[in-house]
Amino acid sequence: MNEEVVVSFLAAAIRLSVPLLLAGIGILFMSRSGILNIGMEGMVLMGALAGVVGAHYYGSMEAGLLASVLAGAFIGLVFAFLVVTTGADQVVIGTAINLLGLGLTTVFGRSLLGMGQEAVQAEGIPVIPIPILADIPYVGEALFHQNLLAYASFLLVPAAALLFYKTNWGLQVRAVGEHPLAADTLGIRVHKTRYACCVIGGMLAGIAGCSLSLGILNQFTENMAAGRGFIALSAVIFGKWTPGGTMAASLLFGGADALQLRFQSFGIQIPYQFMLMFPYLLTMIALAWFSGKGKQPAATAVPYKSLSNRSE
Amino acid sequence: MAQEMRATIHESLERKLNVLTDIVFYAGSVAIALLAGGLVMLVAGVSPIEAYKLIWDGAVGDANGFKETLVKATPLLFAGLCYTFAYRCGLFNIGAEGQLYVGALAGTVAALYVPGLPWYVHLPVCILAGCAGGAIWAGIAGFLKVGRGASEIINTIMLNYVAIYLVSYMVTGPMKEPGGTLPQTARLPDSALLGKLFDSRLHYGFLLAVAAAILLYFILHRTVWGYEIRAVGLNKQAAKVMGIPVNRNVLLVMMLSGAIAGIGGYAEIAGVQNRLFQNFSPGFGYDGIAVALVGGAHPLGNIGSAILFGGLRSGANAMQRMTGTSTSLVYVIQATIIILVVCNRYWFGGLKKRIIASLTARVVGRRSDARPEENVAVVLGIGEREGRS
Repeated sequence: MNEEVVVSFLAAAIRLSVPLLLAGIGILFMSRSGILNIGMEGMVLMGALAGVVGAHYYGSMEAGLLASVLAGAFIGLVFAFLVVTTGADQVVIGTAINLLGLGLTTVFGRSLLGMGQEAVQAEGIPVIPIPILADIPYVGEALFHQNLLAYASFLLVPAAALLFYKTNWGLQVRAVGEHPLAADTLGIRVHKTRYACCVIGGMLAGIAGCSLSLGILNQFTENMAAGRGFIALSAVIFGKWTPGGTMAASLLFGGADALQLRFQSFGIQIPYQFMLMFPYLLTMIALAWFSGKGKQPAATAVPYKSLSNRSE
Repeated sequence: MAQEMRATIHESLERKLNVLTDIVFYAGSVAIALLAGGLVMLVAGVSPIEAYKLIWDGAVGDANGFKETLVKATPLLFAGLCYTFAYRCGLFNIGAEGQLYVGALAGTVAALYVPGLPWYVHLPVCILAGCAGGAIWAGIAGFLKVGRGASEIINTIMLNYVAIYLVSYMVTGPMKEPGGTLPQTARLPDSALLGKLFDSRLHYGFLLAVAAAILLYFILHRTVWGYEIRAVGLNKQAAKVMGIPVNRNVLLVMMLSGAIAGIGGYAEIAGVQNRLFQNFSPGFGYDGIAVALVGGAHPLGNIGSAILFGGLRSGANAMQRMTGTSTSLVYVIQATIIILVVCNRYWFGGLKKRIIASLTARVVGRRSDARPEENVAVVLGIGEREGRS
């Protein structure tokens, strides 16, 4: 293969890993506070639709991005209410959110944006070459010719790491995820922390959706998340519940996706289905490998009833 | 003695009222979800009344519609039972979708590559192969749970995608119909197909599913093994202390749960589609979760809820043909039902307790004033059968 192919592969790998990374960091926020979100797929879909609807009806990609963030925050809030306040089972609610996301976006996608060839095209998120860096041969073309969300998502990784490991709030989040009762006795508001993490996670899910619809295709297509919500969950697990690990796993899975597309177009004989299985298989191996080593926050998926509310 | 008697009567009555109020609240949840679906239609610019009329006519309007409802209910019932069985053992098997696919794949392999058998041998062999496929697929998650402590929730989800891509690979590659252009296998031989009922699309798979529900009911509620399973589901620690082999049960339950979904997958191929192709299931496995929850995680309750959701699906197909509103509307209704049922205790817990308390007081008070206690027992039918624990 020549250099051009390699450069375009790298650029595509990064482009395809952006939605995974954004959704993954979103899941990470929830996971760290002890909430298992298998509803990411549905949240990403809602963000994707909201982005195109916002961009189409208000005529700018900024409006689309804002709509995605708001839609994500709203669904995050609903999710938080269901799993934190009512203490409902997180797995089941997550599944419901996936169904809701698929159902609502398909019905409204058709009625608001049309379908097939006539589907609305919206203003996409602009590609901004970074001055100087973009002129570096090969690397510049691949890494610094990306859209705004791509840069933002990679900047999010150190930001999240700082937040989790260097701030008081990050410590509180981790405490809530590991041992909510202990956190509660120390005066940390468990429910409030979990709500905050869910809303942040929801917003990131919305942006992830936007990065799919406005960032890659400039339109909404039915079920366009195509399992990426679950791959993001894989990325978090494979990344051992850390921001850096999540980023590495997102790049790996995004790279597999980009490679798979190239295999198909070059007619290479490795069946593309095996490339598509790769993230899921790797996650299962990783999960079997880590288990018992205490990587997953201990209180994952366990509802918590706060001390002040236990008067039954 | 009289006091004890009264206490037993009280308990039994309470249990019955509990089931009764549950049914009322579940029905209420379904009604609210239908309203929510109507709201979505309204916003999407379709008249909900007209759409629901189309759904109703499509689902139960005539004999053919109702048969189609049962056709759709068949895989839903298998998937619901798959989730129910694992759930009663405290396991979350979110992998019915993948197990359906692998079951269908394994059954199809047996159907296409074991030729020359009479149907009464071939069909059972294919169904057993479907069973084995589903059991192995779920067994992987069960094994990783027991052996490595890995979450069966995550693993079953991951295995769904692996299964879908595996089937996609098989039908575009090794198992593709010789000479065909579409990504699908050859037509299954007649000896491997499930017979049709009443000259319609309805096939014997539906009866198999109902039989599976009844069998599961007996296993769960009438055998020692079922008691063990439910004990593990209620409290793993306590079950272990009682000497119940928790790990063995977890593995076996996962495998049997997968086996049920596996038959469901093969039944859909051998009863409806006649050949295996990509994405033959529009998410039946995930719908199974809603079926199980609305069915009260009870095998027999699953039959009713599978027919309800089957009706929604077949009705929604009719609606899509007439109005162009996507069948995906059904997902919105399903999701709302799931949310309402799961949060049932939060919304209605207090109300339910009060209703039961006041009804119990009224019935026990009145009856025991009027008759001897023994007769009350007869009136209330105590001792007929054990209730659910």
